[in-house]
Amino acid sequence: MADTFIARSPAIAARALGGEMMIMSAVDSTFFSLNEVATVIFQAADGRTPLAEIVEKKVCTEFEVEPEEAQRDAEQFVADLSKHGVLLVSDQPIQAHNFPNTPVKKAENS
Amino acid sequence: MSLATDRHDVVVDIGGTAILLRTHSEAFRTLLQDRYQHFLREPMSRQSARDPLALDVELLPESGPVTPHEELVVRHDGDRWQIVRGDFRAHWDAVRGHGTITQTLSPFAIDSVLRVVHSLIQAPRGGFLLHGASAIRNGRAFLFSGVSGAGKTTISRLAPPDATILTDEISYIRRLEASDGAQNETSQRHGRPVYEAFGTPFAGELARIGANGRAPIAHLFFLTQGPENRIDPIPTSDALRMLLRNILFFADDSKLVEMVFRSACEFVDHVPTSRLTFLPDQRVWELIQ
Repeated sequence: MADTFIARSPAIAARALGGEMMIMSAVDSTFFSLNEVATVIFQAADGRTPLAEIVEKKVCTEFEVEPEEAQRDAEQFVADLSKHGVLLVSDQPIQAHNFPNTPVKKAENS
Repeated sequence: MSLATDRHDVVVDIGGTAILLRTHSEAFRTLLQDRYQHFLREPMSRQSARDPLALDVELLPESGPVTPHEELVVRHDGDRWQIVRGDFRAHWDAVRGHGTITQTLSPFAIDSVLRVVHSLIQAPRGGFLLHGASAIRNGRAFLFSGVSGAGKTTISRLAPPDATILTDEISYIRRLEASDGAQNETSQRHGRPVYEAFGTPFAGELARIGANGRAPIAHLFFLTQGPENRIDPIPTSDALRMLLRNILFFADDSKLVEMVFRSACEFVDHVPTSRLTFLPDQRVWELIQ
């Protein structure tokens, strides 16, 4: 099966706050807050790492989820966010075009 | 040498940000002085003014719309903004801090332009205008936000004598540094941003211009009317969502969205927010101290 690559859209503003990832679309001002699993996927969406690898190495290891279930959920999540223009999806690596930073409070980095 | 038509300058200071309004119409000057009577400053002399923020107003005869746009439309080309609605057409250069308005002799047009311009001025500084009432009590400001009908005017009407109403409709929030005269010494010492609420002349159903005051913000309440008076915590994501819904926001521009979003995130990160359920009587103010 072909790899799926995901990248954060440049047309959003995002920030980790209170343990959640908050995102606002610059296209239509829609607001999203992501849960922990979705946040991990969003932060790993660098355009170069296939989604399957993100799920295997980040989601399954951190959250003790069965790989198949995690992959299914990740694909649904990616489909939802790409519909709103928050994530870019491709079967090829995606060139970095000024991906938005996702600043994280210092406490969460330590 | 003949003199140009006399110019009538009026300086309107809202949120500690003065804008010089220049007009050749004495009638319009009178309108401005009446409408913004508590928010006026003396026009600066040419020698003392450092290139102030300014809007040149051209008045049109009252006959028909100025533009075909019924709703407010805000567009920009770089730092030059165009603000239009049926009753006015305006331009604002965010770098030079100068602009023009073409409008009829109406207070509503200048009100709208000032709200947009102040929003553009504060956006890169972490401030914003908010659909919300605000009041000062015991030296601290309390914000009451909510959709139309949530109770902003009601809670303003119920305010006790020792509370000063800053506005029942549009609150002005600034993020201040020490150089801006921020009044919270404790926050300055700890390097935390200080948020202050300022009065505005933008009145809602209270039909009363707010007091031209300012105070550090103690709390932001999201209003809902109910069978009792109570304060409930709300998740940060809900607070941010509701705040974003109530910030005056008029252009789907990615740079502006990012600035407003960042400002809102910083705000909820530093200012306590809660849901305030209240009965329409004065006892609710026992919770707001």
